[in-house]
Amino acid sequence: MSQPPVQPLVDPSVPPLVLGIESTCDETGVALVRGRELLADVTASSMDEHARYGGIVPEVASRAHLEALLPSLEAALASAEVTLADVDAIAVASGPGLVGSLTVGTAGAKALALGLGVPLYGVNHVVGHAAVDELVHGPFPERFLALVVSGGHSSLLLVRDIATDVVELGQTLDDAAGEAFDKVGRLLGLPYPGGPHVDRLAREGDPTAIPFPRGLSKGRELLRHPYDFSFSGLKTSVARYLEAREASGEPFSRADVAASFSEAVADVLVTKTLRACEEHGADTLVVGGGFSANSRLRELAAERCAQAGVELRIPPIRYCTDNGAMIAALGSAVVRAGLPSSPLDLAVDSQMSLSVPVVLPPAE
Amino acid sequence: MRILAIDTSAGTQVALVVDGVVAARAGTPEGRGHAEHTTPFVHDVLAAGGLEPRDLDLVAVGTGPAPFTGLRVGLVSAQLLGRAAGVAVAGVPSLEAWAQGWFERCADGAAGPSAAGPGEVRVATDARRREVYTARYVAGEHGPVAVDGPRVVRPADLADEVTRERAAGIAVVGPGLYPDVLGDVADVPFDVAHLAAIAWLRTQAGEPVPVEPLYLRRPDVHGVLGDALAVGAPEAAR
Repeated sequence: MSQPPVQPLVDPSVPPLVLGIESTCDETGVALVRGRELLADVTASSMDEHARYGGIVPEVASRAHLEALLPSLEAALASAEVTLADVDAIAVASGPGLVGSLTVGTAGAKALALGLGVPLYGVNHVVGHAAVDELVHGPFPERFLALVVSGGHSSLLLVRDIATDVVELGQTLDDAAGEAFDKVGRLLGLPYPGGPHVDRLAREGDPTAIPFPRGLSKGRELLRHPYDFSFSGLKTSVARYLEAREASGEPFSRADVAASFSEAVADVLVTKTLRACEEHGADTLVVGGGFSANSRLRELAAERCAQAGVELRIPPIRYCTDNGAMIAALGSAVVRAGLPSSPLDLAVDSQMSLSVPVVLPPAE
Repeated sequence: MRILAIDTSAGTQVALVVDGVVAARAGTPEGRGHAEHTTPFVHDVLAAGGLEPRDLDLVAVGTGPAPFTGLRVGLVSAQLLGRAAGVAVAGVPSLEAWAQGWFERCADGAAGPSAAGPGEVRVATDARRREVYTARYVAGEHGPVAVDGPRVVRPADLADEVTRERAAGIAVVGPGLYPDVLGDVADVPFDVAHLAAIAWLRTQAGEPVPVEPLYLRRPDVHGVLGDALAVGAPEAAR
């Protein structure tokens, strides 16, 4: 039985060059990755424009993506010292995220793929937050847990193969961790986005001063939602605490409020994640997403992972916030896995399931 | 010359124009799904014309105005296709395709008895929120020349002008919105291929062809994420 010889498209000794495009929220990212090597990573942000509204304005973000995409692409090519003709594949975050933002990057990626005659891969933004760590700490083990925490997401993933086998174990049922920080930052009269400000204030306070609640962590709620998170009740509890002190005139420490709130968030995230590591026999934890910049989360995760014998991998902060490198990294893993490319009529999916690392063509 | 024209100001319309003749077209009037449709349509018209992207001489794209997030799809697609294929990209306001359709119909002598003023026309299109985008054009050497607008206006605030212009023989073209206020429109369809013709004339003449979206409105700040606090009296914390 003979088969016709298959000609490799590229020199197999040189991994393909993958261009990644990120535009799910307010950051426009373009990056180039060859194998697991990051060649360039350029990010433009419209956060300064949103800050004056106290939140992300979808139309402002979408307009900014259109202005930033081509300049970011040029900058990434120049930085990597490659040309578009060298690019072997395009990866784009086609979800989850804001529709207007996703639309710009995805439409641009398709046109680029058609214009260059290279395959297009619509990949998952949240899975990308885990995938980027391969560029920093090398190949993943056969099985690991990924905790992705940001202003838009708080998700716990069981990953057996970053390109083909990702299972969402849990997620937030209401606010994302970063979102809860922004809201508590506002309650404490801190500037938007509140995350870094609350974190800074928390370092001056006593994390055990106020026993704020740990959501979905006890009894029936825990049984029903072992790996889900809820931060809305916690935020309300902070608001009630502040209202009561304001009403009674009783003195209180804003730093203690910030520290106790931070402790509650970090405690729930780390406790549930390590329980999942144990249950699923994973000895590696990857933490990604913008909220992994939080200092108390980093401390507590390091401390408890060491106790549990779990290897903790957290990429540097610039790869935790939204960027093109994470998308190119996931695209590179998808190309390595030999998966078919996404169709050119690929739709953006603002609610993309986290169990879908890449959008595959419909089954024949 | 071989020109690809893309417009996503309302539906998604794509045409391949070769030596002034439409070689292939693809489109949908659907006001959504621009991001899904545009590149497959481009692929289809190029395939129908037997061309690769790099064979093009120009990519022309409608710059609006348009109220839809879809407008950006056409612009970003044209920009990146042009960049990838090494082809120049030229922007033309989408309203000018309507005006050019009218001028060409008049030149063909097919505009009918109301065509007393074939050299001038008003365009009115859907801006949503009970408003229209409008501009008045005269025929120029390199396509329509705006003598009013483009601007966004409530139909009622345009009614008197339209009445005066009609009396002077200036027709209204567009999708025919608000007929009770703006009257009937001349029967000229939107044709994306006109953008190709205008873009070619302008680039040949060295006129500016900015690939910039015409929004005509400030960004809508509704729907700010995290804007609604689900707890009472946040002032209490200050």
